[in-house]
Amino acid sequence: MSTRLLPLPPGEGRGEGAFATPPSPARTEAPTPLQTPPNPNPPLPQDAPPTPWADAVQAAALLAVDPIGTSGASLRAGHGPVRTRWLALLRALLPDGTPWRKVPLNIPDARLLGGLDLAATLAAGRPVAERGLLAEAASGVLLLPMAERAPAGLAARLATALDAGTLSLLVLDEGAADDEQAPSALMDRLAFHVKLSDVGAREPEGDLPAADDIAAARLRLPAVQATDATLQSLCAVAVALGIASVRAPLLALRAACAAAALAGHSEVSTEDATLACRLVLAPRATRLPVQDAAPDEDEPQPDPAPPEPQPDPDPGQGADPPPAPDTGEAPAPGALEDILLQASLAAMPQGMLALLQARALRQPAPASGTSGAPQPGRRGRPAGTRAGDPRGAERLNLIETLRAAAPWQRIRGATGGRLQIRRTDFRVTRHIQRAETTTIFVVDASGSSALNRLAEAKGAVELLLAECYVRRDQVAVLAFRGTGAQVLLPPTRSLVRAKRSLSALPGGGGTPLATGLDAGLLLADSVRRRGGTPTLVLLTDGRSNVARDGRGGRARAEADALQAARAIRVAGIGTLLVDTSPRPAAAAQRLAETLAARYLPLPYANPATLSLAAGRIGR
Amino acid sequence: MTTQPARLAPQRDAFPFAAIVGQDEMKQALLIAATDPSIGGVLVFGDRGTGKSTAVRALAALLPPMQAVQGCRYNCDPARPTAWCDDCAARPDHAAHTMPVPVVDLPLGATEDRVVGALDLERALTRGEKAFEPGLLARANRGFLYIDEVNLLEDHLVDLLIDVAASGENVVEREGLSVRHPARFVLVGSGNPEEGELRPQLLDRFGLSVEVRTPEDVPSRIAIVRRRDSYDRDRPAFQQEWSAADAEVRARITAARALLPGVEVDDAVLEQATRLCMALGTDGLRAELTLLRAARALAALDGATAVETSHLTRVAPSALRHRLRRDPLDEAGSTTRVTRAMAEQFGP
Repeated sequence: MSTRLLPLPPGEGRGEGAFATPPSPARTEAPTPLQTPPNPNPPLPQDAPPTPWADAVQAAALLAVDPIGTSGASLRAGHGPVRTRWLALLRALLPDGTPWRKVPLNIPDARLLGGLDLAATLAAGRPVAERGLLAEAASGVLLLPMAERAPAGLAARLATALDAGTLSLLVLDEGAADDEQAPSALMDRLAFHVKLSDVGAREPEGDLPAADDIAAARLRLPAVQATDATLQSLCAVAVALGIASVRAPLLALRAACAAAALAGHSEVSTEDATLACRLVLAPRATRLPVQDAAPDEDEPQPDPAPPEPQPDPDPGQGADPPPAPDTGEAPAPGALEDILLQASLAAMPQGMLALLQARALRQPAPASGTSGAPQPGRRGRPAGTRAGDPRGAERLNLIETLRAAAPWQRIRGATGGRLQIRRTDFRVTRHIQRAETTTIFVVDASGSSALNRLAEAKGAVELLLAECYVRRDQVAVLAFRGTGAQVLLPPTRSLVRAKRSLSALPGGGGTPLATGLDAGLLLADSVRRRGGTPTLVLLTDGRSNVARDGRGGRARAEADALQAARAIRVAGIGTLLVDTSPRPAAAAQRLAETLAARYLPLPYANPATLSLAAGRIGR
Repeated sequence: MTTQPARLAPQRDAFPFAAIVGQDEMKQALLIAATDPSIGGVLVFGDRGTGKSTAVRALAALLPPMQAVQGCRYNCDPARPTAWCDDCAARPDHAAHTMPVPVVDLPLGATEDRVVGALDLERALTRGEKAFEPGLLARANRGFLYIDEVNLLEDHLVDLLIDVAASGENVVEREGLSVRHPARFVLVGSGNPEEGELRPQLLDRFGLSVEVRTPEDVPSRIAIVRRRDSYDRDRPAFQQEWSAADAEVRARITAARALLPGVEVDDAVLEQATRLCMALGTDGLRAELTLLRAARALAALDGATAVETSHLTRVAPSALRHRLRRDPLDEAGSTTRVTRAMAEQFGP
């Protein structure tokens, strides 16, 4: 498809600044005409694209019009006034009495799906059923706070509930780092991915939609129709943005219908579809559309804004999205697609490319354990019993409970064959779950031997992975060179992913050993916090020539490296140092001593020995 | 704790099977498994939002209902006394009732109690009886057990499933209970390979494996979105519209089941199957067996009375791609390897 970028309006400072700037107080007070959503008409992209907050307000309005159809939203923001404000807004727009329930992450199945209320049953001597949270939230809203840490099991149950179309889910994603994301099983099913983390608390609220308008739109919604051209364009835009899931265009269609209902249209108009694309499709983009010659047009534009070449910009800034087009005239079917695509592009935040890359690399789903040590609970194999209240995630072990209660029956005055069981008698089954081992390869990708070493590391990783499912282990690869370290493969068990991530390995440059070690420690630490056991495999010759601050100088660099090594030793992470220099080198041996690492001189390491050695440490 | 089981069937308003756009290999594999449950299950690997769960749920609604012993918690077949559970063996009266084929969802994070069954706490606490509360495996007997994101399933559950799937019997020895009951089911797993590999032992339990992809062409995607939209807007009307097409598929399954015992496999086809498996170096005989069974089921679905080479080639990728010995350094996917071997064996 042809994607032509529209020319920039002259005289408008539209380089880096005007677009999707994180709002600062100075900006909000400036006399710039801030985009506010005219109500009930959705905002057309005019001079400035809507602010994130304006988009968030629009999302809330559309969500309120069709809570079930759009399935809900994910809200990426820390806990704070902005999020609270958005939630309050949404709640005010929903009909009175709409269920509004919160799911704690550690909710037991009995509470989520309904089951037997044990304590009440014991007290009453007859079964007392407990209503599940999903049933309580039926045709209402369910909130999932701290969604980035949601266990896969909970996500699976909620996804099933969403598929059944009984409720609307608000995923409150408080993740800070790019690799902390709400479970993708849920994200895929939610229409709106609202990002509030860039919205300042002092940003004016702007025009908020009125609950009456929403209620009226809700009545109009069933009659709203969408033409084939609209449907076709939505699908085409989704393909162009590299969105694989077919749910995305479907959700976009729902959002477009809701927007049409809100605007009082009986048929989805261009503006409605534009809004849907911006809110639903743009945040899901996995690639920028293939543009024939468009970037070339973009670059030499006589743009008054930032003439200075940026030395090391974030890769995303090169692809500065174009302004949203003027949607005034009625478009031809093919043109509609272009308009929608432009709107989606305009809605992408700056640094999109970097974000896309981060997303491609991200951890697929958080490990089921929350932070800290392996979570005790119902997971794993049963291993004995302990006293405890079974109302958490644990199951009452009846036999042991009766055994505990038996000696006290006479004292408690049990009569008539009825046992007297107190809460103190409760015994629950303990379970053990083996912690996963994550082997982190830290590979020296600098200098001339880089290619060779990386190929070996790649082979070892793939061999390890091929057998790792049996051991239930994960593998990660981190390479350092030049002035920095890069996670090439986040901890994974997937061979498919590993192959793809490792297929293009960069090499060459200086040796920032300290930075590499630091990055290794950081990754190991995050593995540990997810409940796994990290081990480090270091492939280096132990020589370093780039210090932590990125400056050259062998002495400083080596001192830094030894310091970083001590930190790893203090953290108590099992380490294997594979000396890759042609002859065993003193530098590497000294590093191994500092790390308290096993030292393996392996001038001609082959993947098989490497994977064997890596498999032995830490066990 | 006793919780309401997640149960897909009978789902009155499921998406019609016939209305699923594309994904022919997945539909073919599911139909084969429905025709001959002894195939050993279907594994569907692919991206999110490709209609994996929709297809399984749709199949559940489509399958012809089955006869089961009234009051039996394991859905025993009144016509097959050899496969009865202990309860049914002791039962004097085996009155039958018609029930939909069970399709049971095994959610991620399900606990062992819920899967294998456990002491019925409700009855133990209120009536002082020691009773077994059947788990998901019992409910899935003679039906389908569907595991979404099977590759993320926890180890101890995987171990359990491997054993039960192989023996067709669930043995519970816990909490003072000693129970065994039949648990023969078609395992249907789905997942995204990018999120984790499947343990080889479990991989081998699946008879067929299918790779699904989102259709990249815009017209199919439009068709998907349009059908889904009209389904969501008015489910009864949409189902009405597709009921004839669904009935056709149902009739095809019923006819194939009747035809299946009589489908012949001549020696030439048998040899072709063996040669193909040898060329691919698959371990064990399970590959040949599954390949032949699947080809027979497919022939039955086509209304043919003998297996032909074309049936073999149509099922070979599904039956073999997950059984190839893993070579991590071979960049070519398993599907490519199967296709290559087929081209060598049968000519282009």
